[in-house]
Amino acid sequence: MTYKTILTLTCLMLVSGCSSSATWGWYVIDPTTPTGWTNIKFLVSGMGDTILISVIAAVISIVLGLLVALPGLSERRGWRLVNRVYVEFIRAIPLLPMLFWVFYGLPIVFKSMGISVPIDPFWGAIITLALSDSAFTAEIYRAGIQSIAKGQREAAQTIGLTYAQSMRYVILPQAIRRILPPLANQFIYIVKMSAFASVIGMQELTRRANELVVTEYRPLEIYTLLIVEYLILVLIISAGVRWLERRMGSDERA
Amino acid sequence: MQSEILMAAPAIELRGVNKWYGTFQALKNIDLVIEAGEKVVICGPSGSGKSTVVRCINKLEPHDSGTLQVFGQTVTNDPRSYSNLQGEVGMVFQQFNLFPHLSVLDNLTLGPMKARGLTRSEAEKRARHYLERVRIPDQADKRPSQLSGGQQQRVAIARALCMEPKILLFDEPTSALDPEMISEVLDVMSELAQDGMTMIVVTHEMGFARRVADKMVFMDGGEIIEQGAPEHFFTAPSSQRCQTFLSQILQH
Ligand SMILES: Nc1ncnc2c1ncn2[C@@H]1O[C@H](COP(=O)(O)OP(=O)(O)O)[C@@H](O)[C@H]1O
Ligand SMILES: [Mg+2]
Repeated sequence: MTYKTILTLTCLMLVSGCSSSATWGWYVIDPTTPTGWTNIKFLVSGMGDTILISVIAAVISIVLGLLVALPGLSERRGWRLVNRVYVEFIRAIPLLPMLFWVFYGLPIVFKSMGISVPIDPFWGAIITLALSDSAFTAEIYRAGIQSIAKGQREAAQTIGLTYAQSMRYVILPQAIRRILPPLANQFIYIVKMSAFASVIGMQELTRRANELVVTEYRPLEIYTLLIVEYLILVLIISAGVRWLERRMGSDERA
Repeated sequence: MQSEILMAAPAIELRGVNKWYGTFQALKNIDLVIEAGEKVVICGPSGSGKSTVVRCINKLEPHDSGTLQVFGQTVTNDPRSYSNLQGEVGMVFQQFNLFPHLSVLDNLTLGPMKARGLTRSEAEKRARHYLERVRIPDQADKRPSQLSGGQQQRVAIARALCMEPKILLFDEPTSALDPEMISEVLDVMSELAQDGMTMIVVTHEMGFARRVADKMVFMDGGEIIEQGAPEHFFTAPSSQRCQTFLSQILQH
């Protein structure tokens, strides 16, 4: 009820803003005027970096997550502890402090070790996003692999397969159906969190919006467009996830 | 590390093997010697430790004390102690444990190709040979889920045979099957026995045991209560527990 009221009010506010009253200024992103069009192009051109950062971070996280998940599946308590500590630790750190630590702190750590690895905003953002996300992908892998019956691993062992071979040929091909949809879902998290890259100067969607707000002083209109940009991006990924879920589900053979 | 397999030694020798699950002792001082070519049937009430014995032999479970030798080679819980035996001790499970994402043929070729280094065509030739032996040559391209239980278990036997093991372990291979499919699996197993395979079979199929077993083993409460030749075992078991058990299952 109240939810609906708020929604209606918000819509009314936005619509009323379109009728050029004094407080609203959609001209700032009006594609029919030259300045408006330039502004839109400036804002939307951040899309490339947002996607690029997210995709690279997701790929790293997918690999890293598997490497973290495997010790979590070990019979040995020591290995499982390694997994637990990593997951709990990484999951507990808020993204923004982690981003600051990676961007401002990590180069100093490297320097003290005698290696100079300059971390630019691009890689700073990617490393942080990948690290943060890897704790979640690790848990997705662990759950997916554990859902495959123990008998499968045992059967693989009795026909002489090594641990790596039984993972590669027996367990993962079956677990992947249960892993892929939540993994793709996790990509939405990365895309949204990539907005934090703006604070270390990465010229992605959010940073561009901030910069334009400073010069144009039209926060409502510009941030509205920003939200719409993320919305479109996420809705496209969501559609992809649902397609994947349907495909994986319909293919299930027990 | 020994890499030659000594065929003169007993196929399997357990001496004083103990196994605990936490504080619960699942195996108590197990002594069991199985010669190459021998067929041993293990029976006993549910929870008596039959599966645990079999699973300790092929190292699906670690044992806690005592010695285990396979063809004279001491097997510990360290995988390096039996790396040369991988695939030599085949196993057939109650629940088949076929790989559902692979075709029947791929279920059979996986081990030979990855663990034995056979080429695909060699492995497929071997697979078709064993599918013939378990009498389902025409199901090679199906998925396991498209087969009946009896057919699935025969595929599982063929999959084990494709590794050309020296010993085959069966853990209640017919317990998950509908009654009308039990005999097709037992027939295949009887044929294997005739061909001289060393077999350890956990089963309550006493007709099969009488026909095939060289040695009967009765377990209860994690102990081997009685072991001996089937003639003696079925006609005059010395322990009361074994008598009771036999009279119970032979009634059905
Ligand atoms: N993984 C396990 N953890 C704890 N107890 C177990 C486990 N596996 C088996 N047991 C116990 O060990 C005993 C022997 O089990 P099992 O060898 O499977 O018996 P059987 O095959 O003769 O029915 C049972 O009491 C069972 O509950
Ligand atoms: Mg059992």
